[in-house]
Amino acid sequence: MSVLPYLVAGYLILIGSYGIIRSHHLVHAVVCLSITQSGTYVLLLTVGYQHSATAPVFGSTTRPSTDVVDPVVQAMTLTDIVVSATVTALLLALTVQINKRHGTVDPDELIALRG
Amino acid sequence: MSRTARLLLFAAGASVLAATFVAGTFGMPEFGGSEHLYRDLAVPAAVAHHTANVVSAVNFDQRAIDTFGEETILIASTLGAVTLLRPSREETVRRPPDLGHTLESTRLVGYLLLPLMLMLGADVVLHGGITPGGGFQGGVILATGLHILYVTGSYPTLDRLRPTGPFRAAEALGGAAFGIVGAAGLVGTGAFLDNFLPFGSFGQILSTGTVQVLNIVVGVEVVGSIVVLLGAFFEQEISVRKRSEASR
Repeated sequence: MSVLPYLVAGYLILIGSYGIIRSHHLVHAVVCLSITQSGTYVLLLTVGYQHSATAPVFGSTTRPSTDVVDPVVQAMTLTDIVVSATVTALLLALTVQINKRHGTVDPDELIALRG
Repeated sequence: MSRTARLLLFAAGASVLAATFVAGTFGMPEFGGSEHLYRDLAVPAAVAHHTANVVSAVNFDQRAIDTFGEETILIASTLGAVTLLRPSREETVRRPPDLGHTLESTRLVGYLLLPLMLMLGADVVLHGGITPGGGFQGGVILATGLHILYVTGSYPTLDRLRPTGPFRAAEALGGAAFGIVGAAGLVGTGAFLDNFLPFGSFGQILSTGTVQVLNIVVGVEVVGSIVVLLGAFFEQEISVRKRSEASR
């Protein structure tokens, strides 16, 4: 099954978005967004993977001529994780404020309040 | 929009996305295959700059300008979160009562673990260019390591040993220092964030040129950001009360 990892990535992205769509709680929606983002990590790491290759860190046991997995996608995954963590913090701070202002964190009730 | 309509709209979009994604998947290079064009370019470039950790080389040398952007995102969203979480006019900050008591043994574990965590974090930051890890990872270990004081002690203990002022300064200094290192490259070699320092010998701590410097700078900034962020959430939960509630 050489396509399975790609499908897992796609599944995570879709199931996370589905969770956001039918969320009843903003914290739940933020967690679902994190799951969607995990799909992108899986996709990036899948693209860079190579069977029986080692981590792209060289030393006395790993000479630079050995086969390593793709370091570029790993670096992009690192960037992705950092941005995801900070965005999560920002969204959670927003949720705290919304709860204080409106006394609810259900997206449906928030729409009802405004309309 | 009603829930049903929203679900139907999502189902339509998601099924198209799923179909194209699956179709695209079968046209991808085989999973685990040996063809990696970016790797074949990135690894020699990293070795040429004597950087043993190729991921660090990509982040802090080859794509350093992207990491600068990422730094800016980190600062901006920390700023946003702290602004959102500051006490409003109807709220007041009061000293939280030192509630609950901790077992002596738990407290002892905390005091023993704290230096170990800080040492591990510093080690991961300082060796970022040559072993797995780096400024981001080590910074997170350092910042969460400090919060072991909260887990094993109490909030007042944490508050005493972790004044947020210096950490706010650390965040700003880390962000500014990244730009200064970049500008130094501009002056030294004519390219922003160019690796202008001597590369040293492969695998030594004083190698990799600016990669190690940028790792430390990022480490400082990440520690500042996370401590300030967690501090804002802690304060919101523990010591901020509405004025009406506080007077009771």
